Amino acid sequence: MATTGHTLKAFDDDLNRLRASIAEMGGLAEAAIAAAMRALVERDGESARAVVAADKRIDLLETEIETLAVQIIALRAPMADDLREVVAALKIAGVVERIGDYAKNIAKRVPAIEESSNLKPLSLLPEMGRIVAEMVRTALDAFVARDSAKAVQVCERDRAVDDFYNSIFRTLLTFMMENPNNITPATHLLFVAKNLERVGDHATNIAEMVYFAASGEHLAERERGADPTRAGD
Amino acid sequence: MNFMVEVEKMEMPAEAAAPPKMRASGVSVWYGDKRAIDDVSIDVGQEHVTAFIGPSGCGKSTFLRTLNRMNDTIPNARVTGRIELDGDDIYASNMDVVQLRARVGMVFQKPNPFPKSIFENVAYGPRIHGLASGRQELDAIVERSLKRAGLWEEVKDRLAESGTALSGGQQQRLCIARAIAVDPEVILMDEPCSALDPIATAKIEELIHELRGRYAIVIVTHNMQQAARVSQRTAFFHLGELIEYGETSQIFTNPRVERTKDYITGRYG
Repeated sequence: MATTGHTLKAFDDDLNRLRASIAEMGGLAEAAIAAAMRALVERDGESARAVVAADKRIDLLETEIETLAVQIIALRAPMADDLREVVAALKIAGVVERIGDYAKNIAKRVPAIEESSNLKPLSLLPEMGRIVAEMVRTALDAFVARDSAKAVQVCERDRAVDDFYNSIFRTLLTFMMENPNNITPATHLLFVAKNLERVGDHATNIAEMVYFAASGEHLAERERGADPTRAGD
Repeated sequence: MNFMVEVEKMEMPAEAAAPPKMRASGVSVWYGDKRAIDDVSIDVGQEHVTAFIGPSGCGKSTFLRTLNRMNDTIPNARVTGRIELDGDDIYASNMDVVQLRARVGMVFQKPNPFPKSIFENVAYGPRIHGLASGRQELDAIVERSLKRAGLWEEVKDRLAESGTALSGGQQQRLCIARAIAVDPEVILMDEPCSALDPIATAKIEELIHELRGRYAIVIVTHNMQQAARVSQRTAFFHLGELIEYGETSQIFTNPRVERTKDYITGRYG
């Protein structure tokens, strides 16, 4: 953990700016997931379009973070935990950008699901969305606080997300078998669930990077939940 | 936190059973009543460049000088503990200090060529140590040493010119050639680049890289980037103690001791 500041204060300022940008980016991605899920549940095409538009800001932040991280490496020559943190920030920015894309992807399905709205809403889906958004927030909080224990908590939750996904997968399969008219909306919802599951995986990846940045050790490869759709993965 | 405990627990990087070229055990150095080095134990491997880093006054130069008994020349300096070269105690009464310093050569912070010709600067050592039986052999030693020091191409046509007429970087390489000329086993370098510009520094660093393996090299440097660039093992000294010693990549990416981390990340003091 950061004990004291650097002798060179400007170095601390740079690192703080990097952390702030990561925190902002993570906050936007988390909000995007929540907003996309709300738009999905409420069949609100307008809000869904807003999520798609807001993704541009996330992409922009990724570029800013990349620039700042490269600048810090070139000008400050960070060492030890500082170096690990800057490298982690660089990688996390890329992952958060992907998370934003998944939220955007979910939002884009809202109009399609609106049209074929004969399927009753799945109660599990919003709950799954809530959990993965929280994982993203916790992982980013852990990064800003250099808190490896908090990072471990995120990894432990990924199993629950996988369980959610498997459960939703089976449920939707049942709907499709019951009535072929359900196939189109159920497939869209399945993609939504898959996107959320990927967000959970990415949040876990962030947590692993945070763990390494904070402790200098790699987290042991976690056990994956069984995934019936990922047989050859 | 008790750092000494951590130092004792520290595992040295696994050497493939090769005995260390030099081994210091429980070495302390006093200047009068003042203890400058406190119970330092460290192995220096033949295959590695070992860097000593630490803030000013941490004792790294003092400790370096114990490795070829340079401290003998300082009045009031006293060394306790044991330092071995190939298993032999270099502070033993039967150790020939002149011979020791030929085996453990030294390059200093400021280039200090003799006010003699380039040729004589390199030939001096082999001549007084009787390493050459004739002029021809001496010529060969001078050429080989200057080549190994990466200076031959620049000075081969003006060997009779004064060594002090060379640029700072060339002078430092001349001093390295002079150290090499007596065929040492260990080369100690005390901030060899601190008086040089970045290009001359890069040439010395490249030279260190090329000399690695042929000689065991120990370098004291204030420049942590330099330690990171040239060494395979890094030792961090603080207030006369050896705080942490390990693989350079480990020290700079994941130091185990808080004090090491604070120093290399620029949080010290």
